[in-house]
Amino acid sequence: MDKLSLLIWVPVITMIVMAFVNDSKVKWVGAIGATVQLIQSVLLLFSFFAARNAGDTSEMLFTTDIVWYKYLNIHYATGVDGVSIALILLTSIIVFTGVFASWEIKDRTKEFFITLYMLATGVFGFFISLDLFTMFLFYELAVIPMYLLIGIWGTGPKEYSAMKLTLMLMGASAFLLVGILGIYFNSAPDGGQLTFNFIEISKIDIPASAQYFFFPLTFIGFGVLGALYPFHTWSPDGHASAPTAVSMLHAGVLMKLGGYGALRIAVMLMPEGAQYYQWIFIILAVIGAVYGAFGAIWQKDLKYINAYSSVSHLAFILFAALMFNQVAFEGAVLQMISHGLITALFFALIGMIYSRTKTRNINEMGGLMKVMPVLGVAYFIAGFASLGLPGFSAFVAEMTIFVGAFQNDELFIRVATILVISSIVITAVYVLRAAGTMLMGAIKNKEFELLPDAHWYDKVAVFVLIAVIAGMGMFPNWLASMIYDGLSPMFERFVVN
Amino acid sequence: MQADFSYIIWIPGVLLASFLVVGLFGSKLKPMLSGAIATLAILLGMVLSYSAAFQYFLGKGLVDGTYQTFIPQNWEWLRFYDTLVIKLGVMIDPISIMMLVVVTTISSMVHIYSFGYMKGEQGFERFYAYLSLFSFSMIGLVIATNIFQMYIFWELVGVSSFLLIGFYYTKPSAVAASKKAFIVTRFADFGFLVGIFVLSYYTKTFDFQELMNPDNAAITNMTGISFMGMSVLSWALLLIFMGGAGKSAMFPLHIWLPDAMEGPTPVSALIHAATMVVAGVYLVARLFGLYVLHAPDALAIVAGVGAFTSLFAALIAVTQTDIKRVLAFSTMSQIGYMMLALGVSGYVGTEGLGFTASMFHLFTHAMFKALLFLGAGAVIHAVHSNEMGDMGGLRKYLPITHITFLIAALAISGIPPFAGFFSKDEILAAAYESNQLYFWTEWFVAGLTAFYMFRLYFNIFWGNNRAYEHKPHEAPFSMSFALIFLAIMTTIVGFIPFSQYVSPNLIPFETHFHWNIAIPSVAIGVVGIVVAALLYLKPKATADKMAKAMPGLYKLSLHKFYIDEMYVWVTHTIIFNSIARPIAWFDKKVVDGSMDGIAWVTNKVSDKTKGLQSGQLQQYAFVMIAGVVGLALFILYYLN
Repeated sequence: MDKLSLLIWVPVITMIVMAFVNDSKVKWVGAIGATVQLIQSVLLLFSFFAARNAGDTSEMLFTTDIVWYKYLNIHYATGVDGVSIALILLTSIIVFTGVFASWEIKDRTKEFFITLYMLATGVFGFFISLDLFTMFLFYELAVIPMYLLIGIWGTGPKEYSAMKLTLMLMGASAFLLVGILGIYFNSAPDGGQLTFNFIEISKIDIPASAQYFFFPLTFIGFGVLGALYPFHTWSPDGHASAPTAVSMLHAGVLMKLGGYGALRIAVMLMPEGAQYYQWIFIILAVIGAVYGAFGAIWQKDLKYINAYSSVSHLAFILFAALMFNQVAFEGAVLQMISHGLITALFFALIGMIYSRTKTRNINEMGGLMKVMPVLGVAYFIAGFASLGLPGFSAFVAEMTIFVGAFQNDELFIRVATILVISSIVITAVYVLRAAGTMLMGAIKNKEFELLPDAHWYDKVAVFVLIAVIAGMGMFPNWLASMIYDGLSPMFERFVVN
Repeated sequence: MQADFSYIIWIPGVLLASFLVVGLFGSKLKPMLSGAIATLAILLGMVLSYSAAFQYFLGKGLVDGTYQTFIPQNWEWLRFYDTLVIKLGVMIDPISIMMLVVVTTISSMVHIYSFGYMKGEQGFERFYAYLSLFSFSMIGLVIATNIFQMYIFWELVGVSSFLLIGFYYTKPSAVAASKKAFIVTRFADFGFLVGIFVLSYYTKTFDFQELMNPDNAAITNMTGISFMGMSVLSWALLLIFMGGAGKSAMFPLHIWLPDAMEGPTPVSALIHAATMVVAGVYLVARLFGLYVLHAPDALAIVAGVGAFTSLFAALIAVTQTDIKRVLAFSTMSQIGYMMLALGVSGYVGTEGLGFTASMFHLFTHAMFKALLFLGAGAVIHAVHSNEMGDMGGLRKYLPITHITFLIAALAISGIPPFAGFFSKDEILAAAYESNQLYFWTEWFVAGLTAFYMFRLYFNIFWGNNRAYEHKPHEAPFSMSFALIFLAIMTTIVGFIPFSQYVSPNLIPFETHFHWNIAIPSVAIGVVGIVVAALLYLKPKATADKMAKAMPGLYKLSLHKFYIDEMYVWVTHTIIFNSIARPIAWFDKKVVDGSMDGIAWVTNKVSDKTKGLQSGQLQQYAFVMIAGVVGLALFILYYLN
């Protein structure tokens, strides 16, 4: 079996094993599966570098191509480059930490973990796919379990949130499907075999008239998942209701599918369409960045704060994806990874704090730093990382986006960049407000004095995420150049076209 | 011969190591051991800085009459474009060496002092971890080889400052002050960052040496592109100055500094008096060649802001009663002097006196202001209060603190032979050459400075000889040591011939003593002291009467010209209630509401139309036949 399909099979096998062990052992199976997957992703990274150093310059490495449905030319085609490897690593880290963050799940443990792994399978499949059709299938495979995970294991108005999330994402899928089919039917403008393979499609020129029609469909289709304003409202409610690990995976990885697709499929395959609608989507992205940040100021629920913060930070990705600038594109991918890690850390911590205090309202908390110093310090670290403090990953990602975007010769785009930059000031306001109210000051509630600090499994999740965030923030160059190189082949064709 | 300064990297290196060790394992170590590790690290840094200073200024630095710039290390950290690369490195030139000396000296003294001051405090090791983090970041800022490195460490000193102001995190006022400091400076840094982007958009570089290169065509090009009445270079430099004004608490971005006094007093001495708050001055000095040669309009604004702030802060300092706040406003005022001096400076030869004077004042001010703060700390340590009203007659109980504080107060008042006299004299001389208005403003501020400083001094050490419940004790040795050391520095550093070492174009020049400046400036200083003595030496009601005679002015000064209230209004009324709250509402009701609305409409439509799927054959047949008939009629009609 090839390296990449193994990334799908490991979660599948984990799911099967889970089905046959009793409830108390399920989480251990999950932990082992996640560890194997993490090791595998790291090994994949090493063999990727080994192949590149050995002089393999092909665009995608470790490719497989199996015909799946001949008449429509659908293939099970897989391969990875610097961009997808980075996202695969992100996914395995988040699944790994997510398992430890859901260590305390008691209700229907087995079903929970199996559904969670189904989601993970979809995500891994999405990132290794080179065929738009299989990519779409994996995308759906990742989205559908969300409904169950939120609807069954959620909190608050969970049925409402689950339904809303599913309907909006399904609506987006409809756009997306039309977009993908549009790309497919225009993939051979000079006659010949139509194809779903996006590497092949990127080499040809889709007729401009088709691009004008299908670009907005595809971009919005992916954009909804990437919290494109004004289609972001499923995300605050969804996050607020979702259980911890689901929020982590969802904000950490699933929403990145949107950014990844918007960049790789929508913009890269249909540059003329993208250029045509650029200004509209730039305005929406700028609104999203600033509006999300202001929206977060007014929230009292920790999860809502973080959800609005995600809206703001994900808008950076869509913004960068519209820049037609390789450095900004690189920044978009860096931001996917950085935001994925940071938001996962936030949601993990919020889950841990909530499981202790039974409230997520910051005004009901206070002085928790004294009671749970480990979680408190970790929350501050997450906060500083999120507001773009140097030494953490977000600084690297944001600066890459800003530097790239600001090199644009159009004044409009530079002004838009300044507006996006202004949102990082507001980020400081809501991050410090939440952290200060919750963690500092005197202990508000006497009952909180006896709450336990982080358990070992909490520490595993939190420390791994912090280490990765700080590692990426301190030594960014290898990751940045890997992503940059990964974008090069497509970008060069793109400039030629 | 190339001089080797590669050992400088060890200074931030050991400090980072100390931060990591104390920060990660501090809770497992004995508090004293944590303190000792951090103190040893900074002392090593101090030794290395001093040796670098001797090596540079007295030996290898000067080649052919010009001070050389050395870059022993410059590592690529993050590459954007081939020319736009963030590097981390070490840059050695006169002002970076000078700042190394300042930072390590003050930081070492604060480390030693804190052994006494922070003894027994909860979080002793955390305190030292933060100090190491701060010192590391500040040194990274000082030795930056490019503007992005400076920005990185700029943010890191900001966060260290946040952590240290909020050190007593259970105290709500400290938490609020730390947030305020961080957010206000963050807002200023937004300008700094945009300034960097504008500059790099045109020049395609972050590197200081390339930016300052007189042959850089991109810079000349920038001066030619006009945007809203100023060249884009001036805009970029003004935006960068906005960052500097935030850190250096220039009006109107000063509001965080007085509140920052919530932090432990040694922190106020280190960060909020001697080192971090002068980072803005250092930033302007770092880019001085650009300002003075290509953007004189931006430099004029620097001068104006500096002059205004120095007057504004001095007026407030006159009425404050919290001794640390008096010192905070005095710091603002003195940094205003430094900014003004930069603003009026030229570039070549003696025209560069302002630049030299600014750096000189930065140097001397660091010594005597740190001393004042540490002395205030010793007083607070003794009487457990920050309020002047709770003090008086302390000279008998705290003799060492008293003498050292007096020396520092004389220094800041510009009385010879103490350090402040020399540096202030040069600033006034530079202002005199440039603009009479600036000169007379600063001359007046010098009098105010002497007055409020001796108001403070007399109120603490003389005045009301009250009976203390607990007899105040002189500070322990660690604290007195730092006080004495800094008092000695304050007495001698004024004699350093600064223009031999620091000048805008790196070529030393000769300065002469300005009698015409020194006499009036000492005179106004003495007047200030005498007035303070008349009012406060003995407990008298004259001062209160004067305050009552001018209630408007007094209140305006006491309430710091109501700038804080304006900010509160802006943040609460504008940002929170007029922006954030409506946005949250809009999102919930309008954006989300329309999504829910679509769902609701779908639901209703399906509810109304579901009757069509009744399952009754008769109905289906009826509809079908009706359809066929309708269609037939339509076709017939249409064909006709």
